[in-house]
Amino acid sequence: MNLLTAQLPGRAPRSGKGLTLGIWRCMLVAFVLVLSLGFTQVAVAQADPDREMSSAAPGITAEQWRQVRSGETGPNFRDSRHESTYNLINASGETWRILRNRWVSPFGLIAIIGMAAVITLFYVIVGRKQLDEPRTGRKLFRWSLFMRSLHWTVATLFITLALTGLNLLYGKFVFRSLFGDAFWGWMISASKVLHNYLGPIFGILLIVLLISLLKDNIPKKQDWVWFKKAGGLTGKHHPDAGFANGGEKAWYWLLATVGLVVVASGFVLDFPNFNQSRDTMQWANIIHAVGALGLTAVALGHIYIGTVGTEGSLEAMTTGYVDETWAKEHHNLWYEEVKDQAITEEELAARKSGDSSGDISASRPS
Amino acid sequence: MAQMKFMCDAERCIECNGCVTACKNANDVEWGIQRRRVVTLNDGEASEMSISVACMHCDDAPCMAVCPTDCFYKTDDGIVLHDKDLCIGCGYCLYACPFGAPQFPKQNAFGERGKMDKCTFCAGGPAESKEEEYQKYGSNRIAEGKLPLCAEMCSTKALLAGDAQDVADIFRQRVVHRGHPDGAWSNNPQASTDNLAYDAARKG
Ligand code: HEM
Ligand code: SF4
Ligand code: SF4
Repeated sequence: MNLLTAQLPGRAPRSGKGLTLGIWRCMLVAFVLVLSLGFTQVAVAQADPDREMSSAAPGITAEQWRQVRSGETGPNFRDSRHESTYNLINASGETWRILRNRWVSPFGLIAIIGMAAVITLFYVIVGRKQLDEPRTGRKLFRWSLFMRSLHWTVATLFITLALTGLNLLYGKFVFRSLFGDAFWGWMISASKVLHNYLGPIFGILLIVLLISLLKDNIPKKQDWVWFKKAGGLTGKHHPDAGFANGGEKAWYWLLATVGLVVVASGFVLDFPNFNQSRDTMQWANIIHAVGALGLTAVALGHIYIGTVGTEGSLEAMTTGYVDETWAKEHHNLWYEEVKDQAITEEELAARKSGDSSGDISASRPS
Repeated sequence: MAQMKFMCDAERCIECNGCVTACKNANDVEWGIQRRRVVTLNDGEASEMSISVACMHCDDAPCMAVCPTDCFYKTDDGIVLHDKDLCIGCGYCLYACPFGAPQFPKQNAFGERGKMDKCTFCAGGPAESKEEEYQKYGSNRIAEGKLPLCAEMCSTKALLAGDAQDVADIFRQRVVHRGHPDGAWSNNPQASTDNLAYDAARKG
């Protein structure tokens, strides 16, 4: 209105006709305005809640709750949080929690404790596997210094990872009430730091170890027979075995498969900064825990056989040499290949003192 | 004893983010962490809906069940708090939490997570002194007889905080006035057992 009247003085001097036209126009606008005002008032007076509701934005329906529950996001999903990749409800969290707390946790414990019990029982009833024949005193070279160092490093890391990992899963049920918060806090954070930093080192060294041992662990026909005879547990005679027997090869391939899966999933858990989703982390955790607990249980068997379980085995990995009798009984095919390289204990002592890296002069045929 | 609960009325929330800001302010929350977030579904469509979420202080809290350090505890008011001295930043609480509440400051080497941070219902946390408590967990308004600031400042009163019974009473009243046949809880598996939705259904 103001705008219109403001124009009038500018036009007025032109002609009387113009002026009357201006007045008419002005009145017309005023009329329209009043009219429209009247209409609005009528509309307000006639407000109908039902009609309003039907034209208003609808309320929240079952469809939206279904969308929330399914975790569906879509292009018009907004989250006010900085760099958030989360949906509204993390439905897979429940699946993960139940898998971990109700399945992995109890059955992992059953597997490990069960394995320990079976081994103990076996030791009590059957006892140590002694050599059938007396030792000849002549030694055969089996493991180089490099391989022994690698084995013990990987073994130490494995045991550390297993203990710290077990602490992450079961520690709170035992140590918190036993030692109190201050010590428990220190213990669990040390476990996590050790586990997270030693894990990748273990992974790399495991791969080196697997590559170094690959040649000796290619499955052969005799390994199948070895398994059918349960590694000599049944029957009088040891089944044929080369440098590695069927059982050792099985342990090798378990590490080469499950071990690498544990390492790979461990890496996923170790570096949460690559934008992997929450769901990826949940699966990585389940795979990691199942694999690691399984390996830990089997490792108990490996440790038993390598130490108290079999006479003459441990010295192979500590001194690098084994007795002829041990080689003949446990690895007859390998023995046939290397028997002419056997040395006496005096020779061995001389070799060790004369040249601390005596291993180099001895060579292992393959 | 009270059972403290949050509830966000999705039909009232206008996505103003006032709660997010109020929380940041009340608790001096670390850079990069936002204890409360507002999620909008179907933005710009007729079915648009916004909801403000933070830790919901679950009755049978999943985070508590999976924490390797067992650092969570429930106060007498039903508030779920955690001890940052025990937390090792493993992230398990985040994997388990239905609401994406736990967050981690990213300031350590190799992407290692810092100590977990989440909404405390403005109830602070375990500490030797008030200053330490404020520095680690933010304010303890509950100790001062006040409710969480996010809900107190919500302009539309979409976000409610308080004893579960009071919150349910307020919501029930609203639902009755809105005249929804079932309080907009249709197909919610809880609807048949939840007396809140039950009353609303009776009215409808
Ligand atoms: C074979 C040796 C290993 C064993 C026995 C083992 C065992 C475990 C166990 C039992 C857990 C706890 C799972 C749970 O609480 O749900 C765990 C967690 C974890 N492991 Fe391993 N693990 C091994 C190797 C590795 C390797 C090689 C890596 C990394 C490359 C790794 C990285 C992790 C990470 C990041 C976690 C999550 C815990 C956290 O972030 O604090 N682990 N491990
Ligand atoms: S952090 Fe998540 S799981 Fe834990 S009480 Fe809060 S909402 Fe529940
Ligand atoms: S991040 Fe902290 S609070 Fe969360 S589960 Fe791990 S130790 Fe517990």
